[in-house]
Amino acid sequence: MPPDILPTRPALELRDVSKQFGDSRALSGVSLRVEPGDSVLLYGPNGAGKTTLLRVLATLARPSEGQVLYDGSDVHRNPAPAKAAIGFISHATFLYGELSARENLEFAGTLFGLGNFEERLTAVLDLFHLHERAKTPVRELSRGYQQRVSLARAFLHDPQFLLLDEPFTGLDAASTEALEGLLKQWQGEGKALIFSTHDFEQGAAIARRLVWLEGGRVRYDGPLAMAPLAGLRQGVRSQESGARRKQDTGSSMQ
Amino acid sequence: MRTLRVISAIFAKDLRVEWRHRETLASMCIFGLLVVFLFNFAFEPAHEESLRLLPGLLWIAFAFAGVLGFNRSFAAERENEGLEGMRLAPVDAGAIYLGKMLANLLFLGIAEVVVVFAVSLWYNFSFLPALGGFALVTFFCTLGYVAVGTTFAAVAANTRMREVMLPVLQFPVAVPVFIAGVEGATGALKGDPLGDYAGWIKLAAGFSIIFTVLSYMLFEYVLEE
Repeated sequence: MPPDILPTRPALELRDVSKQFGDSRALSGVSLRVEPGDSVLLYGPNGAGKTTLLRVLATLARPSEGQVLYDGSDVHRNPAPAKAAIGFISHATFLYGELSARENLEFAGTLFGLGNFEERLTAVLDLFHLHERAKTPVRELSRGYQQRVSLARAFLHDPQFLLLDEPFTGLDAASTEALEGLLKQWQGEGKALIFSTHDFEQGAAIARRLVWLEGGRVRYDGPLAMAPLAGLRQGVRSQESGARRKQDTGSSMQ
Repeated sequence: MRTLRVISAIFAKDLRVEWRHRETLASMCIFGLLVVFLFNFAFEPAHEESLRLLPGLLWIAFAFAGVLGFNRSFAAERENEGLEGMRLAPVDAGAIYLGKMLANLLFLGIAEVVVVFAVSLWYNFSFLPALGGFALVTFFCTLGYVAVGTTFAAVAANTRMREVMLPVLQFPVAVPVFIAGVEGATGALKGDPLGDYAGWIKLAAGFSIIFTVLSYMLFEYVLEE
């Protein structure tokens, strides 16, 4: 099929998005377009706005300014298609401790209105090796297993965009390796992946595109292989030492 | 149809969670019973006075038991950000409200039955002759109270002093249902004809409908940070 008649696949997009919490500005004029097949590493120092950006993309937080678009339409005016296309993992698991892994997934399946629930359930239980623990209350599972159930919940409705905020937190070496493999396989299926991690090397092993955030602004957005890493890191270091000097001056004046 | 399925899934989930740890219902019943017990010791009303005092006493017990239940209902959601998990799905925020509200209505209803039963034993007072009218007025007032309580519990859940915030926010708004509950129950227990206190039932029903519809429509904004 010639490229000009290829069906366009819906993209997730931020247009000049800012997010304000009281006096503090978590995001400032961020524009970003993520297309199917992209694998984006969100990186930056603490407080750079990574989590807020992911929450805005996931439709959990409404931007103070700007727009979030899915397939060209505003996700807050027409949220259903975007929500059906997004899977999100955050610091919280979104699970109920008193319910078993299976019951949690059944609940999520009903919320997403899955017609092929049993098929999807089997697929995610297989994918995350959860069959043996499917009937155990989540409260009794280790942090690593809880993270797997949380991942299974995010994968359950077969999303096209997977947003992950520090997905490796709490996972042991074997689970981390398995998740890395899974995310690489995910990219191979032409779906989009956007994730944040504190471990740059780990992220760089998976992603092809880097979005470097600092103070709520995008400092770099482009191919990871071409990123001016030394300059970006130097920028963070000089900002940090500037902040420290300011703090020291303030305390000596007191 | 899908909205109904979502509402019933949230209702069933809350019931299942409660069945596994039984914290909410137990604390609501115990608190309601304590209020009745303390009141009995504080005032020791004579049998003739009971009729005048009981409706107010019952609604004090229902109101505080309700506060505990509404707070617990959202504490369970807060633990692992369950509400956010629901908001990630393509469901109407109003459906989340109705699912939570129905579960709260059931829990408060059970606590009310326990408290009424205890009151009838302690005060040697039979509700049976006026049970129909009393149940009707209590149902509509409870519905209104739960409609308000569920909304404000969701608002308070995002604040630091949520346990204090909930009664401060919801009691002033729920005053009409408290008044209707006390006045309507007094009429029913005195054995007045239904027509004499039907106005209080209508007030409670109207309040419940208006507040439920408003909350259904605005719950999306309540859930946002």
